[in-house]
Order: sequence, then C-alpha cells, then structure tokens
Amino acid sequence: MRTRRTIAAAMSVLALTAVAACGKSGSPNAAPPGAPQLPTYQVNTGFKLDSSPTWVKAKQAGKLTIGAKADQPFLGFEDLTTNTRNGFDIEIAKMVAADLGFTPDQINWKTIVTANRETAISGGQIDYYVGTYTINDERKKSVSFAGPYYVAGQDLLVLKSNTDITGSDSIKGKTVCSVAGSTSIDRINSLGGKTVTYDTYAQCVDKLLTNEVDAVTTDDTILKGFAAKNPGKLKVIGKPFSQEPYGIGLGKDDKALRDAINNSIKAHEDNGDWKKAYDATLGLSGSAAAPIPTLDRY
Amino acid sequence: MGILFEHGNFTLFRDGFLRTLELSAVSAVLALLLGILLAAFRVSPVPALRVFGTVWVNIFRNTPLTLLFIAVNFGLPQLDVHLSPFVFAAIALSAYTGSFVCEVLRSGINTVSLGQAEAARSLGMTFGQTLTLVVLPQAARSVLSPLSSVFIALPRNSAIAGAFSVPELYNVQQTLSDRGYAIFAIFFWVALAYLVISAAVGLLFRVIENRVNRLAVAR
Amino acid sequence: MSSSVLYDAPGPRAKARYRAFGVLAVLGIAGLLWYAYDSLASRNQFSAAMWDPFQYTAVQQLIVNGLLDTLKAFGLAAAFSLVLGALLAAGRLSDHRPVRAVAAAIVQFFRAMPLLIMIFALYQSFFTTSPLWALVTGLTLYNGAVQAEIIRSGVNAVPRGQGEAAYALGMRKSQVMTAILVPQAVRSMLPAIIGQLVVTLKDTSLGFVITYTELLYAGKLIASNTATPDGYPYIPVVLVIGPIYIGMCLLLTALAKWIEARGRRGANRRTPVAA
Repeated sequence: MRTRRTIAAAMSVLALTAVAACGKSGSPNAAPPGAPQLPTYQVNTGFKLDSSPTWVKAKQAGKLTIGAKADQPFLGFEDLTTNTRNGFDIEIAKMVAADLGFTPDQINWKTIVTANRETAISGGQIDYYVGTYTINDERKKSVSFAGPYYVAGQDLLVLKSNTDITGSDSIKGKTVCSVAGSTSIDRINSLGGKTVTYDTYAQCVDKLLTNEVDAVTTDDTILKGFAAKNPGKLKVIGKPFSQEPYGIGLGKDDKALRDAINNSIKAHEDNGDWKKAYDATLGLSGSAAAPIPTLDRY
Repeated sequence: MGILFEHGNFTLFRDGFLRTLELSAVSAVLALLLGILLAAFRVSPVPALRVFGTVWVNIFRNTPLTLLFIAVNFGLPQLDVHLSPFVFAAIALSAYTGSFVCEVLRSGINTVSLGQAEAARSLGMTFGQTLTLVVLPQAARSVLSPLSSVFIALPRNSAIAGAFSVPELYNVQQTLSDRGYAIFAIFFWVALAYLVISAAVGLLFRVIENRVNRLAVAR
Repeated sequence: MSSSVLYDAPGPRAKARYRAFGVLAVLGIAGLLWYAYDSLASRNQFSAAMWDPFQYTAVQQLIVNGLLDTLKAFGLAAAFSLVLGALLAAGRLSDHRPVRAVAAAIVQFFRAMPLLIMIFALYQSFFTTSPLWALVTGLTLYNGAVQAEIIRSGVNAVPRGQGEAAYALGMRKSQVMTAILVPQAVRSMLPAIIGQLVVTLKDTSLGFVITYTELLYAGKLIASNTATPDGYPYIPVVLVIGPIYIGMCLLLTALAKWIEARGRRGANRRTPVAA
C-alpha cells in the first residue's frame, strides 16, 4: 500500500516535469547596458584549404565541430537558458571559424572536459579545441597546437575580505581547492598548502563562498571569469606563479590547418578583435589582459 | 607496467590504496549498524518508525550514489555541518549501503520460521529481545550470501569519493592519467588493487560463513 | 506486513507505549526536517534566484534530453547485461572445467572493478569517439557479471529433482537448462534481477566522467553555470533531479512487482527471495 502511494507521488513529480514545457525564454545572463560590445567577424566564404583533410571533411559536411569547455564563465561557458556559448575562448574559436569559411550557424559546439581532450582530438570527435589548453611537449606527442593566443598563469582566487593570502608564498597551511588531477594541485602541495579537489571549478568556488576552503587555484583566466560572475565577492590575487600558454588543439599531422589557424589568430590580434573580445568577456572582472604572446609556428 | 616505480608514483598509489581500504572499512561498519537499525525500524510495532524506515530505504536505494555525494558535500555545509571530505564520503556511502543492508536483513528476518518468534514471545521476550537474541542470529545464515554481494559492491562504489576530494584509488588514477601515463598501465595497477580488495572481502565472508555453519551444527 | 510475527497484538499499555514512541519519533523527525528547512531557507536556498534556471524552456529541454539519454543508455545496457548474464551463468554451470574457470574469472573481475574506472578506461582506449558506447559497455560488463551470479544461484536453487526428472526423460543438458531450469530460476530470481536493473539505471549517472550528457550531467551543468548571490544552486538541483531518479527506480520496482504478481497467479509455489 505504502509503496503504491510513494509511486503515485513519484509519478506525479515526473508528470510535472514533463508538463512544465511552459517556461521563460531569454537569458538572465544578459550583459548590463554599457558593457563592452563583442566584435563581429567577417566570414571568409571563398576560403579553401584542400591540403587539410580536417577542413575538407568539415566543408563537405557543412559544419565545423569545435570542442570547448562549458562551465567556465566568460571563458568557455554555455548559457543553458539560451543554448548559446560565450566567453573569451569561444570568441577565439569563432574568429578562427569565420576565417576558415564557416558561419556561426555552421559551428557545432561540443563540450569536452580536461581529461578527454587528447582523446577527442586524436579520435576525430572534434575538428579543433579551444578551452584553456596549455601547450606542452607531453601533449604534442598526441596532438598539435596553433597559437599561443593567450598566456595565463596559475593564480589564487579568495574572498574579497581575505587579507592573509597575498600570493603563492602565503598559502602554507591554507586549504586550497582545485579540480582533481590537475597540475595546479602538485604546485600547491609543494608550496605547503593543503589541497582538496572536486570535479568542477564551480564546486570549488561554492566551497570558497561557504568558507570551507581558503582559496581556489588554477589559471588566472578561469579565476577571473568566476570573479566576474560573482561580482563584489571574490578577487583574483594577480600574482601568477606559472606560465600557461594557451593553444588551439588540433590533429597532430594537419600542418595546413595549423598554419591557417595561426594566420587567423595573427590577423585578429592585429585588427583589434582580440582586445575587444577580451574586454567584453574576462575584462568584466576588472583585471587587465596579459600581453599578446608571439605565435609559435612549427 | 613500470610506471608504479618512478617519480614517487608508488607512494601516491599506496596512499590511495590505503585510503580506499580505510573508507570502505569505516563505511562498512557504519552501513551495517545503520542497516540493522533500519531493519529493526521496518519490522517494529511502531507505525511511525516503519514509515520512516520505508521512506529512508526508498529514497537512498533509488538515488544515484553520485547525487548523494553532491547532496552530502554541498547540502550539509548549508546546515552548518562542516566535516572533512573523508567523513562526508563515509556518510554518503554508509547511508546508501545501509539501505541495501536493511533490505537484505529484512528479507532474512522473513525467512526465519514463525514458530521461533512465537516461542520467544511465549517466553515473555520483548520485541527487542526477540529480534536480537532469536531472530537475527538465525537470519544470519540466509543473509550472509546477499550481504557479501553488498559488501563486495561497497569498495567499488567508494571510487566515487575520488571525485569528491578523497585521494583514493580513482583519484590516483585521474592524477596519473593527467601526468600523461598510458591508460593501460594505470588500469592494470588500479584493477589489481581492486581485485585484491574484493578477493579479501569474499574470503572474509567465506570464513564467517564457515564459522556460522559450524556453530549451527554444534548447536 | 510480517511484523505481527515479532510481537504480540499490543494490549492497552503497549498501545500507549507505542503511541508515545510514535509521537516522539514523529516529533524528532519533524524537528530535524524543520531544522533542515529552516537552515536552508535562512541561507536563501529557496530564493527565486536559486530556482530561476528551471523556469527556462531551454533548461527544461536540457533536463528532458538528459532524461532521454539516461533511458537510452539504460535500455541498451539492461538488454545487453541480461544477455551477457545468461551467457556467463551458462559458462559457470558448464560441465567443462576450463569454461567454468574462464566464466568465473570474468565474473570475479568485473564484479570487483569500479564502474567509474572501467568506463573511463574504456572511453580512453576503445570508445574514444562514443561516450554512449563506453558507458553501455562498462555497464554491461559489470551488471552482466552480477546478473550471471543471480541467475546461477537461481538455477542452483531449483530443486534437484527437476533437473534429474528432465534428464531421465532423455533431455540434453542444453534442453534441461533452457526448458526447465532457467525459466524457473528467472521466475524465482526476478526481484533480484530487477533490483540489479535498478542499479543499472542509477549507474548510468556515472556517464558524467566521460561527458555523456545524461540526466545527472545536465543537473551538474545547471548547478555550475548558475551563479546566484547566494552561491551555486546545488541543493535545488538535487531536489529536482533526485526525485526523477527515485521515481524512475520506483516505477521499475513496481513493474517487477506487477510481473511477479502475474507470474504467481500461474505458478504453484513461491519461495521468499532476497532482494
């Protein structure tokens, strides 16, 4: 009897979920009036790159599949209420796509988390990847990189009221949160900090907001995004203690595509789009951009 | 396969292994106690306790463990309960496993013949005495095999704790994977560790089963 | 309820005592719930901002899509794991020692391996382009191993005379198995089999490690992508996603009970079985 009643209750919840098709559209995340505008990109419709198998395949299919992060505000972010992507990494991906001859409608976004990036690129799940992807030699064994388009550095995010954490030298004995299995963790351990790890940065930030950890650590870009997303509550220390050159990850042997992407990055850095994109995204945190790095063509 | 013996990986792996053992053992004890308590609730003469037991079991048995971990890790701090990730993990695991233990015990209690409980009652035993002195010891035999399945599942379920800040074996696997080692080499060692644990649990239950059977014969 | 076996029909004093216990228990539980509700409310967990995302059609669509992906993975894994379970059970009951040994080794191995680790390893090695198949394969291997054990113990529990009678009629081993033993085993083990299917359904949620976009993944994404003045809405997400899972699992259990009741009408004898 009792179970039957429980089931009836559960079913009504399910039914409610199904019926709840009446809902709001639009977004609560809309930019405030007067905020810097995102640049727009001219689609290079006549572009051809027949020497790149990835490009040829994407062109034939009429869509370009780009891997990105979904949970990094103002960097690689998916606005669930509107089904759109935004952020600095997303802008970089869009400007490159435009130069490769793809309209925004032709981009097929795919969320790929840190641990699966190499697999997704080498397995051909995505055409290229833009999402806080640090260039290093280990990764160059399985994928190749265009860029760097930004040089981030590991930094600390703390509550605005915090005064005793001033940089990497003051975290001894403090509890610092990051995402499981990231290199940031090793560095904190060697500096004498206590570490806790979750599988998303939002979980870490939540722990920071509830005072359960003293700081969150990872690339300053990611931290700036969270600071901008929780206005007035958090601050980024601003003394990076590592160098993380971000690249666009793509297939290991596709030199033609790599060169084309490098050209595209260069053009948008030179015409001011890069700066505009930063100001309208991560710039909202109040922190200035790092200087534009020189490309590493190989 | 040699990855275990370079760059301090061995300490990392050993600590992860010990942490998995520790978490499984602590959760197993808590789950057993909780399971006995819940089973007692579910067969008790007090309707409110029966309802509580039923609701508890239906909620915790039917919620994905990962969701329970999220609820415990991000819900309890909102209730001003601030504990270490290890304790949070033990709470989530034992709340989940306890509901399975309860169901195993309850069906075990149902297999004890009616006459036993009736005889106990006619001797003037209370509900508590009937349950703990007469029924549960006899239920033990039929309960051991399904109980061993529950406790073999526990260490493997504990892997989820790795995603919630407990540096156990799954967490170690993620770390090694991020350091760029081949997945097969990592998997080999992690798999071996879990096989050892599961074999040990299986062995433990076989020993208990033998003793229970011998006791039953001696009686 | 079988509860009456354990205690006498209460007399007036016992009744009063039970009522006192009951009142105490209800008060205690109500107190705890009130405390939980009050603390959550005082931290604005029930504020409009926390629940706002669920009002958007796109978010509702995300949840529904997640639900469908969960059901898809579950359907495939359930079917495959039952097939694999039957095969492995047959292997473990084989007359040939090597077959028995191999089947036993497979069962022991996959029963011990955490799904999280297996799914991750499968995705990184064999199913790099398909999170769905990595998840389904992982679920199938684990649950197949467990179902094999359930079916095997069911076959062993069928009274020996049944098999002997069938052999005496001149049936071959495969006939005895498929016509006599397995149908009876499945009927008596149905609660356990469905119980394991419930586990399969819940374990689809482990797809989050390889970004399979199932229900829990959708929930986690909603939580992490909504920053409110009072933090991230993990509790609202748990309160929305949790009941959906509980509802699905209870439906599955109810289905099992219904099938069991239908089967019982025809069957002559029932043995109580551990769930």
